[in-house]
Amino acid sequence: MAACNFGVVVFPGSNCEQDVLYALRFLGHEATPVWHQETNLDSYDALVLPGGFSYGDYLRCGAVARFSPVMEALIRYAKAGRPVLGICNGFQILTEAQLLPGALIRNAKLKFICENAPVRVEKSVCKWLDLAPGTVLNVPINHGEGNFICDEPTLDALNSGEQVVLRYCEPAGAPVANATTGAVQAANATTGTVQVVNKAVQAANATTGVAQASSRVAQASSRVAQAAAGELGGFATNGSLDDIAGICNKAGNVFGLMPHPERVVDGVSGGTDGAPFFSAIISYAREVAGK
Amino acid sequence: MSEHTQDTQDTQGSSANQATPGSDNSGSSANQATQGSDNNSGNVNQASQGSGNNGSGSANQNNPIETLDPKLAAQVAVELGLTPEEYENVVATQGRVPSLTELYIYSLMWSEHCSYKHSKKQLRMFSSEGDHVLQGPGENAGVISVGDGWAVAFKMESHNHPSAIEPFEGAATGVGGIIRDIFTMGARPIACLDSLRFGTLDKPRQRYLFDGAVAGISSYGNCLGVPTVGGEVYFEETYEGNCLINAMAIGLMREEELTRAVGSGPGNFVVLIGSSTGRDGIGGASVLASQEFDEAAENKRPAVQVGDPFEEKLLIEVCLELLKRGIFVALGDLGAAGLTSSASEMASRGGVGIDIDVRAVVQREENMQPFEIMVSESQERMLAVVRPEDYAAVAEACARWGVACSHIGLITDTGRFVVRDSALPAGFEVVADMPAEMLANSAPEYDPEMKRPEYLDAVQTIDLSFVHTTELATLRGDEQNYAAALTALLASPNICSRAWIWRQYDHQVQNNTVVLPGADAAVLRIGDTGRGEMSIRGIAASTDCNGRYCYLDPYVGAQIALAEGMRNLACVGAKPAAITDCLNFGNPEKPEVFYTFHKAISGLSTACKHYNIPVISGNVSFYNESFGNAIYPTPAIGIVGTIDDISCVTTAAFKQAGDTIILVGETLDEMGGSEYLKLHFGMVAGAVPALDLDLERDVQDCVCDAVRAGLLSSAHDCSEGGFAVALAESCIAGNLGAEIALDDDLPPAASLFAETQSRIVVSLAEEKVETFLDLLAERRVPYSVLGEVGGERLIIKDKLDVPLNDAPDGSFAGISSVYQESLEAQVSQR
Repeated sequence: MAACNFGVVVFPGSNCEQDVLYALRFLGHEATPVWHQETNLDSYDALVLPGGFSYGDYLRCGAVARFSPVMEALIRYAKAGRPVLGICNGFQILTEAQLLPGALIRNAKLKFICENAPVRVEKSVCKWLDLAPGTVLNVPINHGEGNFICDEPTLDALNSGEQVVLRYCEPAGAPVANATTGAVQAANATTGTVQVVNKAVQAANATTGVAQASSRVAQASSRVAQAAAGELGGFATNGSLDDIAGICNKAGNVFGLMPHPERVVDGVSGGTDGAPFFSAIISYAREVAGK
Repeated sequence: MSEHTQDTQDTQGSSANQATPGSDNSGSSANQATQGSDNNSGNVNQASQGSGNNGSGSANQNNPIETLDPKLAAQVAVELGLTPEEYENVVATQGRVPSLTELYIYSLMWSEHCSYKHSKKQLRMFSSEGDHVLQGPGENAGVISVGDGWAVAFKMESHNHPSAIEPFEGAATGVGGIIRDIFTMGARPIACLDSLRFGTLDKPRQRYLFDGAVAGISSYGNCLGVPTVGGEVYFEETYEGNCLINAMAIGLMREEELTRAVGSGPGNFVVLIGSSTGRDGIGGASVLASQEFDEAAENKRPAVQVGDPFEEKLLIEVCLELLKRGIFVALGDLGAAGLTSSASEMASRGGVGIDIDVRAVVQREENMQPFEIMVSESQERMLAVVRPEDYAAVAEACARWGVACSHIGLITDTGRFVVRDSALPAGFEVVADMPAEMLANSAPEYDPEMKRPEYLDAVQTIDLSFVHTTELATLRGDEQNYAAALTALLASPNICSRAWIWRQYDHQVQNNTVVLPGADAAVLRIGDTGRGEMSIRGIAASTDCNGRYCYLDPYVGAQIALAEGMRNLACVGAKPAAITDCLNFGNPEKPEVFYTFHKAISGLSTACKHYNIPVISGNVSFYNESFGNAIYPTPAIGIVGTIDDISCVTTAAFKQAGDTIILVGETLDEMGGSEYLKLHFGMVAGAVPALDLDLERDVQDCVCDAVRAGLLSSAHDCSEGGFAVALAESCIAGNLGAEIALDDDLPPAASLFAETQSRIVVSLAEEKVETFLDLLAERRVPYSVLGEVGGERLIIKDKLDVPLNDAPDGSFAGISSVYQESLEAQVSQR
């Protein structure tokens, strides 16, 4: 049986392509960089759009990369049912190319977030992940614009079509405590912040001689709460609708996610929870490639 | 050769205005002079024919140069920052009155930032010797060998003044500049660290500066795909008008890939690669110039360059590809003074000449004058020397990556730095013709006056015994009191968790970050991710400097900066290999300031020699003042150490309940300069903690060896906040409590919060304790066995007892959330 050969698309400004190539090879796969001007993708068993800042992402993330020469071929490839994985900027490009629904906007608190994020595997049609629903994986997120949104019918369709593959969650798998939707979100956001600030106030108050610090922080308390009530979304992650971290298309062959599984494969840089993301697809890829 | 390269804007600007302190007029009068010459150049034929051809002694004898009117030239020289004596020197070097372009070039090359005229003699105290040093100071970055043929390039640089005006772009372009210094050497950038200083966060402007600088670093570094893995930040009133943004970058290469910016081979092409050239930073030369910041600082915003990290990412890839293919004869980046310093240094290092046509430079603005093109500080540009037959390959690679390149000149054998403007009529194209060697290396050297500042005696001799007798700390054994004092320290912006900062930095890209930010030192696996070999070797890096200590005692303070950096490495199991430095001081022309500079360099160089640690690169940033007040002397050091096996590192976090906790070293009643003193008494005073260089080495060696031997579960050095804070941080990081008793006879505040040096808190499995204690006894290192890890509280017998985590019902806060949430709460206040 021929080895599974992953193509990893490189746009100007991609910066995680080498990490993906390394992770794939570490797991025993063949992996080849594919320059964004390539138009023949048939020889690859699966394609990965890696993370980074394609074309600097000075416009909407992925909006320029979507028009790279490689994308026309990639869209044909995806529509033929062949496997495509978009990680972070790759996910953004897939939504721009309308291979996946929804959009990824600025994080709720408008700050870039790089941290380990627990994500829960949902029951889905995704061909890239073959883990029991409810499994919690620790995979780093690293983005400024990973706040998933879509309209209500789309969200309903994603849920009913079992297209939501991953959701951000608490370490034990429970829904994120204070990142929900609608009015609850705003209310929770407020209490969350007040709690935080109160602790600092408590700390400051606890000691005599720090009156200055105390009033400073106390002052902050009300203002921050105010701001939080008005404009801030989820706290645990990026404010994503329904805590969505990754979705697939109806057929399950195109999968986009914000977390970076390639960063946690070899156990040196923080675990091995990323490995399953690159394994389950192999048999499907071979099947659809007729190997 | 300059031993250090200088701050991109800070000192450059400063020196340009030395003669006209604080004046915004200087910019405009320089402009007037320029405009005057605009007219001249409009009539360039007549003007040049009439003057200037008075024997430049160059290879271009036939090309008359349009020199300035002698009176005007002397005036412009002063406006540009040259002293009258320096101007005379220029005339002597040229053998005639200079042209306007020449005058601009001299004023920049002989400015403090390019020439180190104030600091050069002091910097000679540093030693850059070491078997593993492949490149010391004098290049874009220093390079050391780290084993198995791997080499690491690193350097730290300041971008203080631009950031004080426009924090986002100032900090972003600071990162961009230091990264270029690294890949110029042939190394792939693998990590950034940042050493930051701001005023206190109760001031809205300080929050704006801090938030903006962090966002700028995040924006630029994240886009490049270079992880930001560590750093430090302090908030202190002294930095209010003059924040410090020091960025350090580290690059990795194979030893044989080391490239130097040495021009060679007459006839070879000089090629400019990257962004187009605009007027950015030209105003910067004069308007960022004030020796001190004042009310007018805000008006200087337009002079700050804007970074384009996408362009830089492409530059990294195209340059590293061409370097690997052996196509570059030399490569240098365009930093301070732009094309001028890059080209003249490249020529002087190679003992060759260089001949540049400014019209071949791709310009982003119209009607740029030759001097503007030569001194522009547009970002994201590189200067390369290539053999003529290789130019097509350069053009092809650049086109493929979407990067502009242009053939702008030639290497010559004349030793002259010639600038021509081919738009001028034939025979009159040359606008500058200078000896490259003299230009780069013959700037004056000064011995600034020194005077011991009077404040030193006043602050050092303050008797701090009241700290132990005033109400705050009278009740020995009052648990509530010390619990509150500890909690307040853990919430202090100078101590609390920095996660709010590094969460905004991509600290993992390249898949080699073994120890995440927040630890004593960052640890990186050595490996060429995706492209080549991965190894089990690693490097560790840290940046350190406690400005308070340096203010109270610049000599010992600078030594402590080094000692703490080394200690941080020891805690993760790394052996120090070399340092870079970023020396941030006030105005060197003030004798008191220069005294502190001299003392800090003396202290640092003495300690470096004691430990045999070379200083392989660095940067001096003078004129860090606002409204006449200098910042605390802040000689930040960036240290890199080596790790033979990355599977044997440890971190500060307690790992296992039941582990024994040992304090390596001994606590003394040293409250001087402590965070405790500042936070609870509002004072920065007293004698700084003593530093015994030999004890420090013994402590570090024992801990580092024990980490490498797998004896220790955790190791964390005692720094700001003292022992109690170090212990609490190990508890918080590991989410494990501790129960200990202190056996010293010190007043409780000292035993908990004194910042005595040479101390490390370790934890280890009971069965390993004996081996470790033997190791300590062998080196005669003092220690105390204190207690053990476990539970959900931090209990220090008879002194304090605090919960680690919040009560489920919210009735009390644990130290963990206080520590972790304090910074965000303070930054977010409106």
